[in-house]
Amino acid sequence: MNWSEFIRMGGYGFYVWSSYGLALLVLLLNLYLPLRRRKTVRRLLHEFLRLKEQTR
Amino acid sequence: MQYMHKYASPKFFYTLAGKLTPWMAALTAVLLVAGLYLGLFVAPVDFQQGESYRIMFIHVPAAWMSMFIYVCMAGAGAIALVWNVKLFEMFAGNCAPVGASFTFLALVTGSLWGKPMWGAWWAWDARLTSELILFFLYIGYMALEASIDDPRRAARASAILALVGVVNIPVIHFSVEWWNTLHQPASVGKVGTPSIHPSMLAPLLLMSLGFTFYFFTVALMRMRNEILERERHTTWVAQLLESKS
Amino acid sequence: MPNFLKAIGCLLRRDLTVALRRSTDVLTPLVFFIIVVSLFPLGLGPEPSVLRTIAPGVIWVAALLATMLSLNRLFANDHADGTLEQMALSPHPLTVLVLTKVAAHWMLTGLPLVLISPLLAVQMNLPESAMGTLVLSLLLGTPVLSLLGAVGAALTLGLRGGGVLVSLLVLPLYTPVLIFGAGAVAGVIAGIDIEAHFSLLAAFLALALTLAPWAAAAALRVSLD
Repeated sequence: MNWSEFIRMGGYGFYVWSSYGLALLVLLLNLYLPLRRRKTVRRLLHEFLRLKEQTR
Repeated sequence: MQYMHKYASPKFFYTLAGKLTPWMAALTAVLLVAGLYLGLFVAPVDFQQGESYRIMFIHVPAAWMSMFIYVCMAGAGAIALVWNVKLFEMFAGNCAPVGASFTFLALVTGSLWGKPMWGAWWAWDARLTSELILFFLYIGYMALEASIDDPRRAARASAILALVGVVNIPVIHFSVEWWNTLHQPASVGKVGTPSIHPSMLAPLLLMSLGFTFYFFTVALMRMRNEILERERHTTWVAQLLESKS
Repeated sequence: MPNFLKAIGCLLRRDLTVALRRSTDVLTPLVFFIIVVSLFPLGLGPEPSVLRTIAPGVIWVAALLATMLSLNRLFANDHADGTLEQMALSPHPLTVLVLTKVAAHWMLTGLPLVLISPLLAVQMNLPESAMGTLVLSLLLGTPVLSLLGAVGAALTLGLRGGGVLVSLLVLPLYTPVLIFGAGAVAGVIAGIDIEAHFSLLAAFLALALTLAPWAAAAALRVSLD
């Protein structure tokens, strides 16, 4: 198996690899967003519960 | 019905989803790696389109997902409307961003596939045009949901919109097909799925399954966040947070 | 059920009277329709053959936009003064009342568009043989636009930025009507048999008539909560 041949994709390398790259980007972004949101939600909830303790 | 309420209780679902997510993620990874391996290394070169046809292994599953997710969204919305189940409301709302990104992926990869095939970045090909209108439908859904502050009202309004959309999608699809065959200039060939050989079908199916499980993984992750946020006044959330910190 | 029919008659008469008293509301979409179509020759140059090719599409797109412009009038005023809530509480099914309101809306926006369209057809150099097709396609298509628009208007009732939002929701749903409406007129010019176009437009109308009032009524109930 020749790697530079593989990267060239018979001259269509740019189109093929930008498609696969974009797919990877979209999949990673959709994973990253809920993970970040999870952190924010946890932080906000801790804050919320602390305030609730204080006012009690 | 009583089972539905047990399994649909946010607390129960939160823990269940937490246990399921890693398994679903692992399954997604396995399916996608297998699909990529078969698609990039094993599947033979297409004699008409050369190597460029390998974009199909992203484009076609993404296009399938874009429609599958819309139907899921409308179905969940209908269940939420009729039986008033909060979990389905949340599921429907969390489908939209994932579905829209798959639609976007299908559009851009279609254009990247079209450039070497048609010599142009965009052609008013039937599948691309339908995807474009589907993309508009997703945008409308998300815009409506975002402009209503009360989450319950937002969920019900957008569920109605999704149902209207799901009735319309076949009509739109059919209209676009018709319009396309009528206006098709002879020089623009159709990028259809090339006559499919089993060695090409296998990666296609594996990638589609991988995308499907990916979608469910992400939807579960999003739903867990939303459950915590919506249930913040309950004792189980307080206990959960205390036990973790 | 004479009571029920009387209610429909009352509502229809009331909507028409109210709208005609505020005649600018009725005239604005119509004038908009005329202006938009008149802008195209200015932008493209007055070449008759070019105008003839684009005329079906231009007139149909302008009709879509004009209908959309008038949608917020459908429920907004009645919502603001509380009439809509009274209607939702009335013993008559909301679905039928919505259908009545849509009928009134169509008589005041769709029908004028249909009636003025031959004038624009002349302006756009459309052959006389296509004139009847244009009017008939608009006659079948504009009620669908009003019906689908009612769902959008009901969903965005009372939301900030409702006017722009309704266009996002409704315009993608209008594409089949646009394709077959403009397609019928273009087909006549090209000498294609266009019976199928009309059958399909009629099918869309039947589908919209049966489903859209339900969806709009459900959406109104959500918005009124």
